[in-house]
Amino acid sequence: MVGTGLAGNTGEGAHEASGRALSDIPGLDIDPFAIEYFDDPFPVQETLREAGPVVHLDKWSVYGVARYAEVYAVLNDPATFCSSRGVGLSDFAKEKPWRPPSLILEADPPAHTRTRAVLSKVLSPAVMKQIRDRFAAAAEAKVDELLAISSFDAVTDLAEAYPLSVFPDAVGLKQEGREHLIPYAGLVFNAFGPPNELRQTAIERSAPHQAYVQEQCQRENLAPGGFGACIHARVDSGDITATEAPLLVRSLLSAGLDTTVYGIGAAIYCLARFQGEWGRLRRDPALARNAFEEAVRFESPVQTFFRTTTREVEIGGCKVGEGEKILMFLGAANRDPRRWADPDRYDITRKTSGHVGFGSGIHMCVGQLVARLEGEVMLAALARKVASIEITGPVKRRYNNTLRGLDSLPVTLKPV
Amino acid sequence: MPTITFIHPDGRAERIEAETGDSAMHAAIVHGLDGIVAECGGSLVCATCHVYVDDAWIGRVGAVGDDEDELLAGAAAERQAGSRLSCQIKIAPELDGLVLRLPERQV
Repeated sequence: MVGTGLAGNTGEGAHEASGRALSDIPGLDIDPFAIEYFDDPFPVQETLREAGPVVHLDKWSVYGVARYAEVYAVLNDPATFCSSRGVGLSDFAKEKPWRPPSLILEADPPAHTRTRAVLSKVLSPAVMKQIRDRFAAAAEAKVDELLAISSFDAVTDLAEAYPLSVFPDAVGLKQEGREHLIPYAGLVFNAFGPPNELRQTAIERSAPHQAYVQEQCQRENLAPGGFGACIHARVDSGDITATEAPLLVRSLLSAGLDTTVYGIGAAIYCLARFQGEWGRLRRDPALARNAFEEAVRFESPVQTFFRTTTREVEIGGCKVGEGEKILMFLGAANRDPRRWADPDRYDITRKTSGHVGFGSGIHMCVGQLVARLEGEVMLAALARKVASIEITGPVKRRYNNTLRGLDSLPVTLKPV
Repeated sequence: MPTITFIHPDGRAERIEAETGDSAMHAAIVHGLDGIVAECGGSLVCATCHVYVDDAWIGRVGAVGDDEDELLAGAAAERQAGSRLSCQIKIAPELDGLVLRLPERQV
């Protein structure tokens, strides 16, 4: 394996192989998919950023970018840094994907342009206006319900329960089988990682979740008026084929639920820890949307994605060959002091535009408006109804190769 | 560098200098201008960098794209004849003096 055994070697005249000049790219003995890393990624992310504009991760034989400028540049040059060879470690040019590839996430233009347009229309700002009142009412009801019990787990009873109370209905899913949704999404995001225990275990247990999702994506199983039915309606207008539609519905089920669970969980965890910011939000609930956005920057629920180089390319002055996997550290970019003032501070009035928590460019999260809507209305309801959020028990982390979030956050709420 | 004037809903004018080739949205963000939110950072997803191009300039900023047109339909503030997403207005030397009015709200 080229590139291994170079840990710490940044000197002149180091290896050059397969057209790769490794001499100026530091090789690091860091595993960003290890449990110890997940427990405290921030010092390691600083090491990754400070080592250079591009690093080589020897353990998995991939390159990595952790500074904002390089992450942004890779995200915004899809011709050079393609997605069709997979956005996980696995290279679809060399390995069979664990499931049929996504028609949007794991696709490049021009194929991507057509499918992306369909989902963009289904999840557009105009559609958000139509669902806004319903989502807001459900958030109010959820907060009332939680205030009545006062002590609960903010991960399962709030961060999971709220999206589960609105999103599956918005897609048009049947009631039965919804318990597969969160395990399926966890599987998808674990599968982007390397063949470690998290990925292998998830895939071994995947069959029932995959069967459920495949079934729910069929037209006859999706309620009229929902996002799913709207996608299938694009078959009638000729924008997509009947075989493509279920796979696009699958994208909603893969990426539309767990991500918002982690995003809302991140926001609650931030507001429970940083009482000053909670106080500001209570005084001005109109800050709810930005408080959510800043939590997405600060915690970066989606930590990483890969791209594959389509040609030899120079990144930050370093030469990388064709067919190489590049790991983008979105979380590290979102805390890069080169881009963000006081990056390790959660500041609900920060101007967050440009953070890469939802990605950037043509693959930027197509469901980001749904995520923001859910986050905003939930935080606004809390800000109006709740006086204090206190952490009352041990905080437990949930481990996933791509997603950063909690498994348990015991809290007690006091009403206004 | 070309200068853009943003006019806030209360009538206050704010002049900023923009790099040629940059978008009006990005110039506003770089200067920390209030009133341009730009949630998606210019990836054509969100419609929160909505501006009203001043009548005198409307013919000079290019045409509304198809994707932009759909997004503007969902903008938080009322759509008017001069409505544009400022991420789609590319600053060129001939746009020196451009006047953009800000809507009441972006979200």
